[in-house]
Amino acid sequence: MNFSFLSEYGYFYVEGTRITIILTIFTVFFGVIIGIILALMRLSKFSLLKFISVAYIEFIRGTPLLVQVYIVVYGLPQLGIIFPEFPLLSDDFPRFMGAVVALSINSGAYVAEIIRAGIQAVDKGQTEAARSLGMPYWLTMRYVVLPQAFKNILPALGNEFIVVLKESSIVSVIGIGELMFRANTIRGITFLAFGPLVVAALIYFVLTFSLSKLLGVVERRMRAGD
Amino acid sequence: MIEIKGLHKHFGKLHVLRGIDNFIKKGEVVCIIGPSGSGKSTFLRCLNLLEQPTGGEIIFEGISITDKKTDINILRQRIGMVFQQFNLFPHMTVMDNITLAPMKLKGMTRQDAEAMAMKLLKRVGLEEKASSYPGQLSGGQKQRIAIVRALAMAPDVMLFDEPTSSLDPEMVGEVLDVMKTLASEGMTMVVVTHEMGFAREVGDRILFMDEGVIREEGTPAELFGNPRHPRTREFLSKVL
Repeated sequence: MNFSFLSEYGYFYVEGTRITIILTIFTVFFGVIIGIILALMRLSKFSLLKFISVAYIEFIRGTPLLVQVYIVVYGLPQLGIIFPEFPLLSDDFPRFMGAVVALSINSGAYVAEIIRAGIQAVDKGQTEAARSLGMPYWLTMRYVVLPQAFKNILPALGNEFIVVLKESSIVSVIGIGELMFRANTIRGITFLAFGPLVVAALIYFVLTFSLSKLLGVVERRMRAGD
Repeated sequence: MIEIKGLHKHFGKLHVLRGIDNFIKKGEVVCIIGPSGSGKSTFLRCLNLLEQPTGGEIIFEGISITDKKTDINILRQRIGMVFQQFNLFPHMTVMDNITLAPMKLKGMTRQDAEAMAMKLLKRVGLEEKASSYPGQLSGGQKQRIAIVRALAMAPDVMLFDEPTSSLDPEMVGEVLDVMKTLASEGMTMVVVTHEMGFAREVGDRILFMDEGVIREEGTPAELFGNPRHPRTREFLSKVL
C-alpha cells in the first residue's frame, strides 16, 4: 500500500476536514432551528400548520438527498433565487450557502421528527400541572416540557449530528472542497485510489467517534441531575 | 364562588356530562363521589378548563370561565389543582417545583418565593426535602409537595382529583391530614374521592354523580345516612 501521497497532499485533508466541520456546524445549527419550528407546527392545533409540517417532513424524507442538493444548487438559481456573493467568507459563497441550505432543509425534517417524539414522550400530566398553575403555553414549554424532552431526545439528536457529518460528503458532487472532494482530487492527481480514500474514511471515523464520545459525556452529565 | 349552569361534555360520540347545575360556596368543602365512568373527574377538570365543556357555563367569582374572551391563565392562578398522579416536575428540586409559578407569573423574587415555600413546607412537615428531587420522595410525600405547589399560588379554591387513589394504603392518612387542616382553615375545596370516611368527616356537601349527572346531593349525614335515590343506595352498599 502506498501512502507517499500524504507528504505532498496532506494539507488537502486539513483543508477538507476544516470545510467538512464548518459545513456540519452550520447544518446542525440551521437543521435544529428548522426542526424545532416544524415540530411545534406539527403539534399545533392549527390544521394548516400541521399539514405544511407533515407535507414537508414526508417529502424530504421520501426523496434522495442528492436530488435535493441539485435542486437547491442548480434548480433554484434558474428560478431566480440566487444566494448572494460573500467574498470575505469564501470565494464561492453562493455554492457553499446552497450546500448548507440543502443539507439543513434535509436534516431539519429528521430533527423535527426526533423533537416531536421527544415532546410527545413527556407525560401529559406535566403540561396539565403547569397549565393548572396558570402558566401559559410558552412558559410551560420553556420550563417544563422542553427540558424534559431534551433529555429524551439527546441520544437520537446526537445520532442525527453524526449522520449530518457523514452525509455532508454528498456535496462533493457540486464541487464543495470538503473532505470527500479533496480525497477525490488526490485520487485524480496521483492515480492512487485505495490510499487517499482510506485516509478520508479514517478522518471521518475520528470525527464521528469523537463526536459520539463527546455526546456521551453530555448525556451522562444531564442524567446526573436525576 | 363557582356557579355551574347546564354543563355538558362530549368526547366524540361519548356524552360524559349530561347537564350539571351546582353552586359552590366560599369556604365550602364539596366531595364528589360516584362509580368510575360517572364523569366525576371530567366535571372537576372542566372547572379549570383542563377539559373544554361542549355546553353550558361556569362562572367563577362573577367571571365566565367558559367565555372565549376570558384569559383562563389568570383565573387558573386562583384555582389550584392536585392530581392523582402528583405530576411534580421531575427535573426540578422540590423548591423549584414550588417557586416556579409564583416567580414566573406573580413576579415574586427568588428570595420571597423561597421563604414562602419554606413556610408552606414546614406546614406539611417536609422542609428538609426542599433540595430533593421528586424521584427521591415517597408517594405520600410527593402528593403533599403537589398540594404545597398549588398553595404557593395562594388560590381561592383547590380542586383535588382523586388525590389518594395512587398511594400505598399507609400513605393515605398523611395526605388526608393535610387536606383536613386545609379545610379547617376555611379553604374552598372540591374533592373527587373514593375515601368515604374523608367525605363523611370533612365534606360540607356530598355530590353523588352517576352517568354524567348529579343524581343526589346533600350533607354527609343526609347522603350517607339516608340516601334517597336507588342508584346512590346501590353505590354506597358496594363501597361502605
